[in-house]
Amino acid sequence: MNSKLQVSASPHTRGMVTTNKIMYLVLAALAPACVMGVLAFGLHALLILAVSTASAVLSEYLYEKLLHKKITIRDGSAAVTGLLIGMNMPPQIDAWIPCLGSVFAIIVIKQLYGGLGQNFMNPALGARCFLLISFAGKMTTFSSGHGLMKIVTKVPATTDALSGATPLAYLKTGATFDLSALLVGNIQGCIGEVSAIAILAGGIFLLAMKIIRIRIPGTYLGCFALLTLITAIARGYDAPVLYTLEQLCAGGLMLGAWFMATDYVTSPITPVGQIVFGCALGFLTWVFRLIGSGAEGVSYSIIFMNLLVPVIEHYTRPVAAGMVRQSRENRRLMKQNRAQARRLKAAGKEEKDA
Amino acid sequence: MSAKNPGIMVDPELSGKRFQLSRYIHLKKDTAPERVANGIYFENPVFMLALGMCPTLATTTSVTNAIGMGLSTTVILIMSNLFISLLRGIIPDRMRMPSYIVIIASFVTIVDFLMEGFTPAMYESLGVYIPLIVVNCIIMGRAEAYAGKHGPLSAVADGVGMGIGFTIALIVVAAVRELLGSGSLAGVRVMPDSYEPINIFVLAPGAFLVLAVFVAIMNRLHIGAPRRGDDWDPTGRFVCGDCASCPRVNGCSGKPAAETSGSREGRG
Repeated sequence: MNSKLQVSASPHTRGMVTTNKIMYLVLAALAPACVMGVLAFGLHALLILAVSTASAVLSEYLYEKLLHKKITIRDGSAAVTGLLIGMNMPPQIDAWIPCLGSVFAIIVIKQLYGGLGQNFMNPALGARCFLLISFAGKMTTFSSGHGLMKIVTKVPATTDALSGATPLAYLKTGATFDLSALLVGNIQGCIGEVSAIAILAGGIFLLAMKIIRIRIPGTYLGCFALLTLITAIARGYDAPVLYTLEQLCAGGLMLGAWFMATDYVTSPITPVGQIVFGCALGFLTWVFRLIGSGAEGVSYSIIFMNLLVPVIEHYTRPVAAGMVRQSRENRRLMKQNRAQARRLKAAGKEEKDA
Repeated sequence: MSAKNPGIMVDPELSGKRFQLSRYIHLKKDTAPERVANGIYFENPVFMLALGMCPTLATTTSVTNAIGMGLSTTVILIMSNLFISLLRGIIPDRMRMPSYIVIIASFVTIVDFLMEGFTPAMYESLGVYIPLIVVNCIIMGRAEAYAGKHGPLSAVADGVGMGIGFTIALIVVAAVRELLGSGSLAGVRVMPDSYEPINIFVLAPGAFLVLAVFVAIMNRLHIGAPRRGDDWDPTGRFVCGDCASCPRVNGCSGKPAAETSGSREGRG
């Protein structure tokens, strides 16, 4: 028998991209934002990042070990989830809170639904919302930092007693902030979201490595910026363009748009669906931030849209090669045919009964 | 046991290892102990039948509320089962639903006024969920599935069993939620002062999380238990085999309980 003739099932060629590779590239892309967070808030921030990552990996390992499943901690997905949870924490928080969040994300949101690829919402954001609801006070108090960078505290402390003096709470009043502080990251906020430039660098790195596509973050940020600009002009704020730029850079929007909304598992796979998803995210974030009473709404927007992904995919399914998209007229005729068939069947049955 | 049980796919290795109460308890059908055991375990309204989800999710924020809700439902369930069973010869088949609702609503009104008069604090905290017992799926379900077909004694026993089963389920769910969500049990602080309450457990998402875990545990215990054709049949009514005397023989699909999923017709 000719050994050159191999019979095998498809696929016959495989790409070089693996889950491992993707996850480690995402970790690398998150690194600049983490470095800026640690620079801004000091070693306690580093401890939180380490604890949340380690506890996510450990809980994945223990769950799979106890349930005699294949151990998947080497693919790096648990580490990404854990690191994102850590980046979503205020810098001075007790270390057990991100630890609890990681356990919840991995066990309840990811593993109970079947592990990587089966979860219906982004585990890191699910955990963030779990913690935000449970420990509202601790999760929305932000320290002014003990790191190498001097934190700008231009914001008057009285703007918003509940969410502290984050730039977002300040922007909520319609005033503008120091844009360079927002870009570099010497502001108050969560560990991973302080520096817009560092996050943007990570996002562009992922784009260049073809890990993510521009569709979701592009439409998300674009749609949000457009709506915010219109609102700022309509409300007569002093500097609408600056205000829009600062809304884009402040809070978790950058981190959410580049790293969380683009999660493969919980975003649509169809190109049109991704655009719909991004636009809806931009709209929801605008509603939460500028219309609603809170200052931040990125995480709720993303997990809300995560739930709608199956619906979006259903309605944006591309037509298979060689098939013709059904015209409206055609569908109407088919419906008529079916109804007529039902009537005939019913009439036949009645005759039989009689 | 599973050899006689061709309709249900059970991994024989797994089913042997699982805890099966029916192996140890053999009870005669439609006797009082059997009905009570059925309501508490085999057809537990919350964990097995997934009925009465609305009060289960809403009133289990504290053990006190759960006891109040469970007991008031139990009283109404017993009384409505008794009267529906007594009147089952008079109520025409077509008019049975409105008649059942009138009977149930009468008892709910009585309990509602009694609670308002004697336990005002409880009445306040349960709020709209007391009047809502009228449309509680467990009560309608038992009236439809059991009390309307059986004698008053077994109907009352069925009400007692289902009521206790419901109350136990509520207390168990509420205990976990209150312990984690406020660090207390029945209003008494039991966790150490350093414990930080996880607020989400007293809110709606926590109710779903805790309930899901308990249903999963019950499924784990119950899958592999004997069903059709065994010497004791825990979900008896859909495979009664007594079609001659059954009033709803025309509408009956005749399928075993495993396929028609119990009394889910009344879910809500």
